[in-house]
Amino acid sequence: MAGSRGVIISVMLLAMLAGAAVAVQLRASSVVADGAVASEPTPNDPPADPSASQVATSAVRSSRGEAQKTFSVTIRKPAGPPRVATNLKDLHGEAVTVACSTCHSTRSPNLQNKTSQSLDEFHSGMKFSHGTVSCLSCHNAADYDSLQLADGHRVEFTDVMTLCGQCHGPQMKDFEHGVHGGLNGYWDLSRGPQQKNNCVDCHNPHTPQFPKMQPTFKPKDRFLEQSRSEH
Amino acid sequence: MTTDNTSPQEPHDGEYLKPLLPILDQHSTRRTLLKTAGAALGLAAFGEALSPLMVIPENVSVDEFLQQHYKELTDEDKKKVFARLEAETKERFGADVTITDSKPIPGVRFAYAINVSKCNGNGKCMEACNKENNHHRGVDQSYIRVLEMTKGSMDMENGSTTYDHTVPQDDKFYLPVQCQQCDNPPCVSACPIEATWKEDDGIVVVDYNWCIGCRYCEAACPYHARRFNWELPEIPAEEVNPNQGYLSNRIRPQGAMEKCHFCLHRTREGRAPACQEACPTGARVFGDLNDPDSAINYVLKNKRVFVLKEELGTKPSFFYFFD
Repeated sequence: MAGSRGVIISVMLLAMLAGAAVAVQLRASSVVADGAVASEPTPNDPPADPSASQVATSAVRSSRGEAQKTFSVTIRKPAGPPRVATNLKDLHGEAVTVACSTCHSTRSPNLQNKTSQSLDEFHSGMKFSHGTVSCLSCHNAADYDSLQLADGHRVEFTDVMTLCGQCHGPQMKDFEHGVHGGLNGYWDLSRGPQQKNNCVDCHNPHTPQFPKMQPTFKPKDRFLEQSRSEH
Repeated sequence: MTTDNTSPQEPHDGEYLKPLLPILDQHSTRRTLLKTAGAALGLAAFGEALSPLMVIPENVSVDEFLQQHYKELTDEDKKKVFARLEAETKERFGADVTITDSKPIPGVRFAYAINVSKCNGNGKCMEACNKENNHHRGVDQSYIRVLEMTKGSMDMENGSTTYDHTVPQDDKFYLPVQCQQCDNPPCVSACPIEATWKEDDGIVVVDYNWCIGCRYCEAACPYHARRFNWELPEIPAEEVNPNQGYLSNRIRPQGAMEKCHFCLHRTREGRAPACQEACPTGARVFGDLNDPDSAINYVLKNKRVFVLKEELGTKPSFFYFFD
């Protein structure tokens, strides 16, 4: 009996030795050190250049105790009063556009016109679907190159968000907290600046509902597609 | 052994020839022969079972084979490993890339939220993910899957990912699903070799070189958020994103598991994740849970928020809300 036990023990010993040898071979260079690696500075993208003309910087609201938020949030601004194309070209071949006031200063405003359907000369083909507001709820009859608030105060096209915000308070509040309108750049203002859209970047003011889209990208589902290999 | 009559004489002969091992101190009976044969067979089987460990696969370099787990790499090791990976990328894909090792920002805890009222299923986030994270172009891989769901139902089994029509449809809503960066991640528990783990900022990462590709984590994830690299990704050199992180968007080896890492090579440098920047509807909100003034905390305090499959106790860091 002693002999058989010896056999078993010696076999096990041999097996363990072999296993240990393999392990040692595999992990020979194992030097464990838990040093923190200083992360190499990542080449950060330059802040996207807001192509749409001017920009405004709003003061940074909050700051998290230890981190100083030194960078600003930039909200894109519309280019200014719209220009109407005339299909004419000037001597330099540039398209001729005219300001709204070019026509509107010579004719008196008609408060009866509520939508584009009642117009017969101009703007008649324009789609309009924005609640029950009428043209002069937002456009300034005193100066068609500007807009007006509900209380009659003039507001420039570049400050369109002030106009939208007077009705769309919840959206405005979400926007101010970074939860509406999306963003580009940095979430952490102590490390870099942030760019945000304004209302009319995404919403056509005359048909503000977000447009329908066609999906352009679909991961190819391997259960539906032809097999890519012979397996 | 009662039949063993020869044993009394044995000490006589063996006095100055003591065997080294007891196995040699046996008479060659049939029993000992069988024992020895059995032992030898057992040893051979053991060696054979271990032999895959001794062979380096064809597509793996010796350095890669001997590479330690990410957590055991020293700064010096990392420098060498990253240089090797950069050289391999140059050789295989023809692109000059920089591999970095962004660390969690102390005190920051990442979370994500998606406004299902706004998401219209256009899929720009999937496309941005594909480009940012150097996904396989051949299969248009992405960490995000947008489910088209019937309004009034939360049955993800019946959600469609293959819809191809104008969106949004009136009777549908759209649910983008990616890694939920769970606080109680089943995928991490399932991994037999600790190739995946949760970092201090909440991101669950994978060491693609330590991963053995067993896909247990894929089976364990209730959100179907993990992806397997069946092939070495195909990416044209000019499309390779050169800004790469070791634990994030570097080009993955064949046979490795991967998953959304909240674009940690960007977000740990303070930048927004690629899917958020790409979203044309502004449905995506990302930020620091530990900052009481962050956008993500505004959502959690002011919106109607839910998580997916709450009953499983995975505790996601990924929220959905509607307004």
